[in-house]
Amino acid sequence: MEPLLELRKVSFGYGAMPVLEDINLHLHRGQFAALVGPSGAGKTTLLKLILGTLQPIHGEIYTHGELLRNGRSPRVGYVPQLETVDWNFPVTVEQAVWMGQIGNKNIWPWMNAEERKQVRAMLERLDIANLALRHIRDLSGGQQQRVFLARALISKPDLLVLDEPTVGLDIQTAEMILVLLAELNRQGVTLLMTTHDLNAAAAHLPWVICLNQKVVAQGAPEDVFTEEVLSETYRGDMLVFRHNGMMFIQQRPHDHTYKDLVPEPVPGEVPLTH
Amino acid sequence: MDILLEPFQFEFFRNGVVVSLLVGALCGLIGVYIVLRGMSYIGHGLSHAIFGGAVVTYVMAWNFYVGAGLWGFLAALLINQTVRRTRISADAAIGVITTASFAIGVALISRYRHFTRSFDAALFGNILGVTTQDVLVVAAVTFVVALIIFFMYKQLLFTTFNAEVAQVYGVKTEWVDTLFSLALAAALIASMQILGVTLIAAALVIPAITARLLTDSFNRMVILSTMIGMMTNLIGMYLSYYIDVASGATIVLVQATVFALSLVLSLSQKRAARRLSHTHV
Repeated sequence: MEPLLELRKVSFGYGAMPVLEDINLHLHRGQFAALVGPSGAGKTTLLKLILGTLQPIHGEIYTHGELLRNGRSPRVGYVPQLETVDWNFPVTVEQAVWMGQIGNKNIWPWMNAEERKQVRAMLERLDIANLALRHIRDLSGGQQQRVFLARALISKPDLLVLDEPTVGLDIQTAEMILVLLAELNRQGVTLLMTTHDLNAAAAHLPWVICLNQKVVAQGAPEDVFTEEVLSETYRGDMLVFRHNGMMFIQQRPHDHTYKDLVPEPVPGEVPLTH
Repeated sequence: MDILLEPFQFEFFRNGVVVSLLVGALCGLIGVYIVLRGMSYIGHGLSHAIFGGAVVTYVMAWNFYVGAGLWGFLAALLINQTVRRTRISADAAIGVITTASFAIGVALISRYRHFTRSFDAALFGNILGVTTQDVLVVAAVTFVVALIIFFMYKQLLFTTFNAEVAQVYGVKTEWVDTLFSLALAAALIASMQILGVTLIAAALVIPAITARLLTDSFNRMVILSTMIGMMTNLIGMYLSYYIDVASGATIVLVQATVFALSLVLSLSQKRAARRLSHTHV
């Protein structure tokens, strides 16, 4: 089967500093994969290469077997990190999603009836139809993430790329977003995301790619998330344990933990209760 | 009614009103993108750069609109490219490029002192000097800029909101920026005669930020800012006539007053909403 996305010996660097070396990757239609690795491992750079906003120094990227050439973007829906969004920008939920229809032939500066219908249907699909006229700032983190998912999906992309979709969200909301992504994947959407949350990746994702300048390993989390692979990826001492069929990952505390540094910490006060 | 109609017996006032309405709409419209891009300083800087271009144009005996327009466009393009291709921030690039350009103008004026007085209008605005040719040029620029914004509305919106993401979605952001630079340079040149180099920045920024205070919708902000620009310019023109103060300064003072009123209104609305939410808790 021809991969949806293929990276062949891709390398990239900023100036003399290499960021990615010799990356070989395949992503097939219907796959749901996460890129994991420490900060500075090259995860976001790899996403930008796939999105076509950066060009590799060496190697090639193919989409549908065709070389991704300079300046041409593959049909990708992109959900950036929420931190990069200007929350004071005057757009409503509906207008933000409408931007995803930029490729439409509509030349008028307003939504036509068909576009409005599609926007409403997408908002319904992501369960935020009641927020259509709200300003993007006036939403919870989970709702904001759904808005940008809607913008990405409305362009009917071959691949949905998400840069740390759970960062800054509380545990419950993060889980909700990952469940939503799994549901989209079940509906046929191909997804590639980056994440720092290894436990969530282990619990929710069928495929993980460990990256640190090069691909250390890739596969199902139960095969890839071993202490050896993770220690090599994170260049630290990583612990993996299992409990009730679930996998938990933790870095072994350094030699100097808080208790070594502050032997007698100042205690808090427990208020009296009746 | 006589108060409103009386000034229209003078040709300069008729020309002035037409030009000020057009310039108000133009600055209000383009100002939305300037403010939302966080480039409020560019109007100030670029108008100074264009002043340099105007002096060079005069020395070389070129057509003012062509020479100064080209100069302004190149300055805007240079700022864009400097920001895109180097680590220099927008405000620093604007500071260096536009001030250097302004300095060229000042240097030429001090070298050829005999034409210094001719540039008073460019610096401070002079509605009395508006000719029929100026009216036609401003009308043409307003029409072209409005067309550009109309047909590139979605691309401009997306690029202004998040240029990097817009590029991923297929927007040619470099082209959008270049076209916007051209429109901005043209708008500044068209506005120079009435507002003057020193006051254009305010006319670009104030209607847009006033509109921003009044709405959270981009479409409404565009319409409101254009209307505020036109309305304040018209009021400014009348005041300028009756109190005999320079048109540019009067217009900016009217705009500043409208902004202050909107600020008070917006703050009081927020306070009332907060009080209401506390009551409901």
